[in-house]
Amino acid sequence: MTSEDQLVRDGTPSTAAKEAETFIPQPEQGRGRLARTLVTVAAPAGFFVLFVTGWYLVSYVLLTPRRRFLMPPPHEIIAEGFGKSDNLIQILTGLWQTTRVAFLGLIIAIAIGLVLATLMSQARWIENSVYPYAVVLQTVPIIALVPLIGLWFDYNFQARVIVSVIISLFPIITNTLFGLRSADSSHHDLFTLHGATRMTRLRKLMIPGSVPAMFTGFRISAGLSVIGAIVSDFFFRQGAPGIGRLLDIYRLNIQMEMLYVAIFWSSMLGVVMFWGFGLVGNLLTRKWHDASLARG
Amino acid sequence: MGKTLADTQDDAVDGASPVLQFREVTKVFPDGTHALNNITFEVRRGEFVSIVGPSGCGKSTILRIASGLLPATHGDVALADDNIGYVFQDATLLPWRTVRRNVELFGELHKVDKEELTRIAQDAIDLVGLTDFEDHHPRRLSGGMKMRVSLARSLTLNPGLFLFDEPFGALDELTRERLNEELLNLFLSEKFGAVFITHSLYEAVFLSTRVIAMSPRPGRLIQEFHIPFEYPRHPELRFEPEFAEMTGKVSAALRAGQ
Repeated sequence: MTSEDQLVRDGTPSTAAKEAETFIPQPEQGRGRLARTLVTVAAPAGFFVLFVTGWYLVSYVLLTPRRRFLMPPPHEIIAEGFGKSDNLIQILTGLWQTTRVAFLGLIIAIAIGLVLATLMSQARWIENSVYPYAVVLQTVPIIALVPLIGLWFDYNFQARVIVSVIISLFPIITNTLFGLRSADSSHHDLFTLHGATRMTRLRKLMIPGSVPAMFTGFRISAGLSVIGAIVSDFFFRQGAPGIGRLLDIYRLNIQMEMLYVAIFWSSMLGVVMFWGFGLVGNLLTRKWHDASLARG
Repeated sequence: MGKTLADTQDDAVDGASPVLQFREVTKVFPDGTHALNNITFEVRRGEFVSIVGPSGCGKSTILRIASGLLPATHGDVALADDNIGYVFQDATLLPWRTVRRNVELFGELHKVDKEELTRIAQDAIDLVGLTDFEDHHPRRLSGGMKMRVSLARSLTLNPGLFLFDEPFGALDELTRERLNEELLNLFLSEKFGAVFITHSLYEAVFLSTRVIAMSPRPGRLIQEFHIPFEYPRHPELRFEPEFAEMTGKVSAALRAGQ
């Protein structure tokens, strides 16, 4: 018996190591990496140059001087939006206001969404009773709800957050629920065989397995929460002005450069929120999840 | 499940008592599929029993019933102990856990003391030859290595009965043979009882003390073969004429049962 033991202890590590050697992917060769960097950096940069050139063409060639205000050239927009401190302060204050609304809305949506999805994963009857209303919440155009929410909750910060929560809730529920359901039946069998309680199964199997899908939901909702914050701000026209309100003011005053600046900042906010949650999700799952690794 | 066994038939296999007993077990699924018909067999500690048969003959169903994952429609199933190792064809590792944390899983589920568990897990990892791979995540392991982790995980609870559902079916021939040899070493050192499902007659004969041949659905036992080769068995056994003759007999029984 000791000899067999010996055989296993001594014989296998090397063979296991051999299997590993052939399997662990080698880091990419220098040339392939360079080519890939070129594609990922040069291609978007090239497109950017084309875009800016096209813009100038429209401003100076296509539009007559009288109509040039419709699409002012980029350098004038930059001068107006970034060169004048009054303008800059105004727009950054608005941006901060909108960011707070969007971020708080998203956090609340995540909290509600995770709880609902977890409850729905535990019993079919809970899913059946909650899901239709989640769908309704998603399909009712948010614009239709905005006036009502304004009336109910006063046209302030709180009401804007509520709009943001409503618009960003659905993807969190559906993606998390999908993630919680994604565990293999054989994994569930293992937990059943070892007498795992419902809580243990949720904690050690379903929740960790749902993290990639969960973060997909967070990312989608991050963009939506910004839309909610801006749309509510735009329609409320009361309370501390955020980007949405500024968009309206600039339009009314025909401050076209500032309108473009406001569009720029609101897009940036959405992009940063989307990208930030993607980054956190990747960091959490990159060691084990194929999709996050593929993104590099 | 988990009925205590009456002390029966103490005469077989060194007087060890059965760790698993099927008595006239029949399984009909709710959709009317007649999977198993009147299955009777038993496995004792220190016995390695392989079940071979055509696809869909209910081999896996036997294991699911034995483990309690499925109820039998008729008949009795008795286990000496609820502590069983169940190894699936897929290694069923949790991808977010390292090798070490995967091996610790069952102990965690059974509330084994943390320090004790760390020690047991390390022993099991060493035993399957994965020393130095403790902190790898499953995605960086080959199919054979994943299967070793799966084995180590079951070994931590030191079960008296192992159920193997085609554990090496998805591996290449060489890895499969190597793992067969290592599994026999584990079997000899840990002295568990084993039920091993496989499509490969060679694998079945090489590993087993007994091979049971099953008919197509509804699965019945058609013939049982005692495999006379001594343990420890050497890899070269596979090339000896007696070995070929034995697999030939099992093969003939399977063909006759079609």
